[in-house]
Amino acid sequence: MTTLLETLMSELGGEAVANKHQYPRTVISLIVPKDKFVVAAKALKKADAFLTAEWATDETMLGGGFGIYACYRCDAQYLVVKTKVSEDDPTFPSLIKKYVPAYRFERQMSSLMGVIPVGHTDMRPWIKFENWPPDAWPLRKSFAASTLMPSVQGDYQWIRAYGEGVYEIPVGPVHAGIIEPGHFRFQAVGENIINLEARLGYVHKGIEKRFEVLSFQDGVRLAARVSGDTTVAHSIAYSIALETMTGCRVPQRGHWLRALFLERERIANHLGDIGAICNDAAFAFMLYQLSRLKETLLRTNRKLFGHRFIMDRVVPGGCTVDIDTEGKAEILVELDVLAKQFQRLVRIYEENPSLEDRVRDTGVFTPEIAKELCTVGVVARASGLKVDCRVHQPFPPYDSIEVKVPVLISGDVHARVWVRVKEIRESIRIIKHILENLPDGAIRTDISMPISESEGFAAVEGWRGEIIYWLQAGADAQINRCMVRDPSSVNWLGLEQAIKGNIVPDFPLCNKSFNQSYSGHDL
Amino acid sequence: MIRILRQMFRTGIATEPIAVANDDNVKIMDIKLSKTAKRCLRKSLVIRQVDAGSCNGCELEIHAINNPIYNCERFGIRFTASPRFADMVLVTGPVSRNMEVALRRTYNAMATPKLVVALGDCACNGGIFGESYASCGGVDKVIPVDVYISGCPPVPEDILQGILKIFIPK
Repeated sequence: MTTLLETLMSELGGEAVANKHQYPRTVISLIVPKDKFVVAAKALKKADAFLTAEWATDETMLGGGFGIYACYRCDAQYLVVKTKVSEDDPTFPSLIKKYVPAYRFERQMSSLMGVIPVGHTDMRPWIKFENWPPDAWPLRKSFAASTLMPSVQGDYQWIRAYGEGVYEIPVGPVHAGIIEPGHFRFQAVGENIINLEARLGYVHKGIEKRFEVLSFQDGVRLAARVSGDTTVAHSIAYSIALETMTGCRVPQRGHWLRALFLERERIANHLGDIGAICNDAAFAFMLYQLSRLKETLLRTNRKLFGHRFIMDRVVPGGCTVDIDTEGKAEILVELDVLAKQFQRLVRIYEENPSLEDRVRDTGVFTPEIAKELCTVGVVARASGLKVDCRVHQPFPPYDSIEVKVPVLISGDVHARVWVRVKEIRESIRIIKHILENLPDGAIRTDISMPISESEGFAAVEGWRGEIIYWLQAGADAQINRCMVRDPSSVNWLGLEQAIKGNIVPDFPLCNKSFNQSYSGHDL
Repeated sequence: MIRILRQMFRTGIATEPIAVANDDNVKIMDIKLSKTAKRCLRKSLVIRQVDAGSCNGCELEIHAINNPIYNCERFGIRFTASPRFADMVLVTGPVSRNMEVALRRTYNAMATPKLVVALGDCACNGGIFGESYASCGGVDKVIPVDVYISGCPPVPEDILQGILKIFIPK
């Protein structure tokens, strides 16, 4: 895609320089002057690129000032645009007019790093609650992680709706079910929702700051706990980012085992999700049947790999557990049984008119909005966007495994269920392929430390969608910054749009069909 | 409908006797409960679960004890939406600064006798997240804890046995 780079270079008038620190080399990285930051966004928007992440780094240890980064995806190409701002004037031009997802990214940057997006229309803090001191910017190097912040008085300005018959329903942070905490505020007239505003940040545990005190080797344990349900995908993404920086070549068997874990995680979570969606439409039968199937998978995981969610089994340099011939045979038998039983349940799902009535045309997330919000993962694929890193930016071993990506265009709850159904079938096929073609050899290799200032990047398709890790090495082989972008960071905006015009009782159904992570978003 | 019924009969009863838990993972503090309370709660326990900052891993295992295989309802264990009805609060995760108030309020809303179970390594001692500007550390830093169940995440049999053990008469 040199053409993309050429167009961008000509738009920028030759003022951009290539960033030599960025690995892998397939990711284009440019440093532009501050005033060209938006020009680059404009040119990329014209080229139909998606904004995948935007973040800031404190570069005190690396020469001072802050780095502002925006990462774009254009077809199969990832592109990182960086600009530098000084400590005295930490302002940068906001991308919000070009890209809607910048709305949350920039609020988060200004809350946690104290950089100011000029032109942003909503500067309410995000993740940083009203009882934090306004000048506490935890991601800055001058802020010690152990700081005990005093509690201050403050208020959060909610978006309000006025008029006859308009009322508000506050929900959370402690929800009715066994789920993570978040606050949702509905404005409704009768049963119809006219607006939903989500407020997240309740599970902010300072993960990004925590990375900075861990060694590169230990970081993977934390990455595995960014979102417990996506533990394999997060570990893989962190590991790949580190491996690209150090030039570590993971043995092929290591790569293939990772893919095996990743697909097993996908099946287990999708089974749970489909069951939970049906349960929210009062069809508990499906929940119990599918959770039974899910349990068999988790038990096999524990027996073969030593952990029900295969946590901590992927490490930089490879994997820590192998599979033997009996293990392979066991998985193959298990998958045959699973495929057969799953098929029967899908038939019941299809033939149930009262369920169909609830899931069809509910929570419609149109392809236009999905594109505008740069949505990723299952949600995007149910709304007509063909995005899947296993196909676009195939990390090994997906460069040699063919993946069929299901895409639906109706964007309703049913579409999101159906994408999951198809992905389960596809994952079963992929696992069989992996087991048949698993290369011999070592599963792990040693990994060296990255050189200072180098930057690593990885995009991995977890079961929710594209996960991005961006690592920056500090001056003394320390992590200077680890940026984590869970798919939830972009997809939460989608839920607010999908719910408009629906009735209040359909919210749990829509929310479950999105099933975004709170922990992965709040960090 | 016929397919649903057929599937139910084909499945039969999926519930299994629970495997023996690893005793090292469960630590029960000195609980002051009257004999009557113990006897009543042993077969009818209502739990309010609060995620105070977990990564969602522990929640998946709590879902698992509700599935037909572990079937916690056979022991009279039920999860409720309101802390007012709850006998026990099951807390996961290190308590994040942003959840501290919500956790306190949930605890205060419960009627006595109230039991607090810290579930998972993070709830027991802060785990990998430790104590920082955003995390208060273990649950006992915020509310008094009666039972600690460790594991990352704890396996379903540890969770179930840990809860049931409280009510075994000594």
